[in-house]
Amino acid sequence: MATVERHPVQPGKQLIYEGTRIPPRCPTILDVPAHLAGNEDINQINFGPNHPSTHGVLRLVVDLDGELVVGLRAVIGYLHTGFEKTMEQKSWWKCITYPERIDYLSFQTNELVFVLAIERLLALEVPEKATWMRMCLLELNRIHSHLVWLGTACLELGAISMFWYTFRERDQILDLSEMVCGTRMHTRYFQAGGLAEDIPTGFYDECWKFVEQMPKAVDQYEDMVDRNRIWLERTKGLGLLSADDAIALGQSGPCLRASGVDWDLRRDQPYLFYDRVYFTVCTREHGDVWDRYKVHMDEMRQSVRIIAQCLEQLQKFEPGAPWIADDRKVVLPPREELHTSMESLIHHFKIVTEGYRVPEGEIYTTIESPRGEMGCYVVSDGGAKPWRVKFRAPSFVALQATATCMHEALIADMIAIAGSLDTVMGEVDR
Amino acid sequence: MANELIPATLKGFAVTFREIFKKPITQQYPEVKRPVYPRFRGRHQLHLHANGLEKCVGCSLCAAACPSDCIRVVADENTADNRVSAGERYARIYEINLSRCIFCGYCELACPFDAITLGNEYEISEYSRDDLIYTKDMLLGRPVKKIPVADPSIYDTPVPYYKTHS
Repeated sequence: MATVERHPVQPGKQLIYEGTRIPPRCPTILDVPAHLAGNEDINQINFGPNHPSTHGVLRLVVDLDGELVVGLRAVIGYLHTGFEKTMEQKSWWKCITYPERIDYLSFQTNELVFVLAIERLLALEVPEKATWMRMCLLELNRIHSHLVWLGTACLELGAISMFWYTFRERDQILDLSEMVCGTRMHTRYFQAGGLAEDIPTGFYDECWKFVEQMPKAVDQYEDMVDRNRIWLERTKGLGLLSADDAIALGQSGPCLRASGVDWDLRRDQPYLFYDRVYFTVCTREHGDVWDRYKVHMDEMRQSVRIIAQCLEQLQKFEPGAPWIADDRKVVLPPREELHTSMESLIHHFKIVTEGYRVPEGEIYTTIESPRGEMGCYVVSDGGAKPWRVKFRAPSFVALQATATCMHEALIADMIAIAGSLDTVMGEVDR
Repeated sequence: MANELIPATLKGFAVTFREIFKKPITQQYPEVKRPVYPRFRGRHQLHLHANGLEKCVGCSLCAAACPSDCIRVVADENTADNRVSAGERYARIYEINLSRCIFCGYCELACPFDAITLGNEYEISEYSRDDLIYTKDMLLGRPVKKIPVADPSIYDTPVPYYKTHS
């Protein structure tokens, strides 16, 4: 595999554990060991599906030997909504509203990956201003997703105050989203060709305020839990995942980087203008819950850095610079032309009723979502509706690592470990 | 162990203690309503011309644009003694099922007559699902509760192009 060769785990680094811990029979199912099988003392309990710590509706069937987890099986599908199939019934334009609802914490990312697929099939040129704004919103969205993760992960371990502090900053991000896009979540702001609307002038000031405040807020979070004895003991050395195991299980995102693999699609397969901004890919080497927490914290700081650079670039544009491509076959015509130009009206009706046609072909686009590699595979038969849409959900892949991470874990640690993998069940089940 | 335990715990408490002296960010929601931003997409509204005729001509473009298929339009012909809209036809039935609506605003983008827009009203909870099916009369009526809106000159310039005519 090319990815593994380009970024080998540096030799001389501390081995997290010897060999592999991936369950041999099936990588996602932890079987009860042979010497315990049939033992009357093994309790099988259901954790979930309706449990506040499962980040949605995940059911874990756990075999317990006392407090020790000896067997584990994840049952998924409770949130299956059939997004991919539904999208086959809708025109490309309407489909844009669907991917955002798959992962309700990183809605902009999911929206972008689908819009990028359309744009590459159509070979559309996107204005620079739109691309910078997309990056800005994506990084805001990454912070939003990490904040919710941090708040809920701490909440599950009993640190309730962290939840309120993270939601304070989260609300600011949602306010920015409301100001620009019209809704706090599920914005449909990215359209094929650029952005749905121009950026309001008030956005820059508000966003700069946020950029100044956010690093202080991250420091505050770290002050609260970084040296807290309870937090340290419940995260350090738990849920170990070695770099080799992480790669073998197809992990990506913070999970992979916490295991010491230096891999980030923003740097290694640049999309948008990520090759024009400065940021650091944050890695840690122990692969435990603590390292995943630290990677999330460091990434928030880096995201703030990227947002600041995007804002600087955005403010260089003249007011009224184009924010969407000028392609009348794909983009809705300007509103005022509807009352004066027959041709515009025809285009408007065509796009709204039938939808634009996307050339025949298939494409796979990947971007780095807050949870890892978010992929979208799209097949078009040349019609106004996608022939097939498939999402590669990073949460789904992260969930496959639960059995490996749960090696000799206690039932109480299981919450911390399952939480640290940062799964969103909406995305797992789709 | 106690030597590191106490300062570490105190550091955490210092953060929470300092918050006592800061202005609370809690919003007293039902009593005090935070102004929404001008672009906020809330409950739909149908609009009238200045002479009292409806702007909607029943073309069903909003229904065609809706990703969740929540709009139902049945059009009828205007007659000399029953003139409802400014066009040839009018919407005899115009229903929006707000329990299906995803507030994407595609209907206001689609409408060529600026007849439907998404207003700023967000308090639309009901006890029954049937009450969430909004008929034409409900959509034409102005909202009873006034929602404050942030300054459009800052937060809505340049004005989105679908708002310039309505």
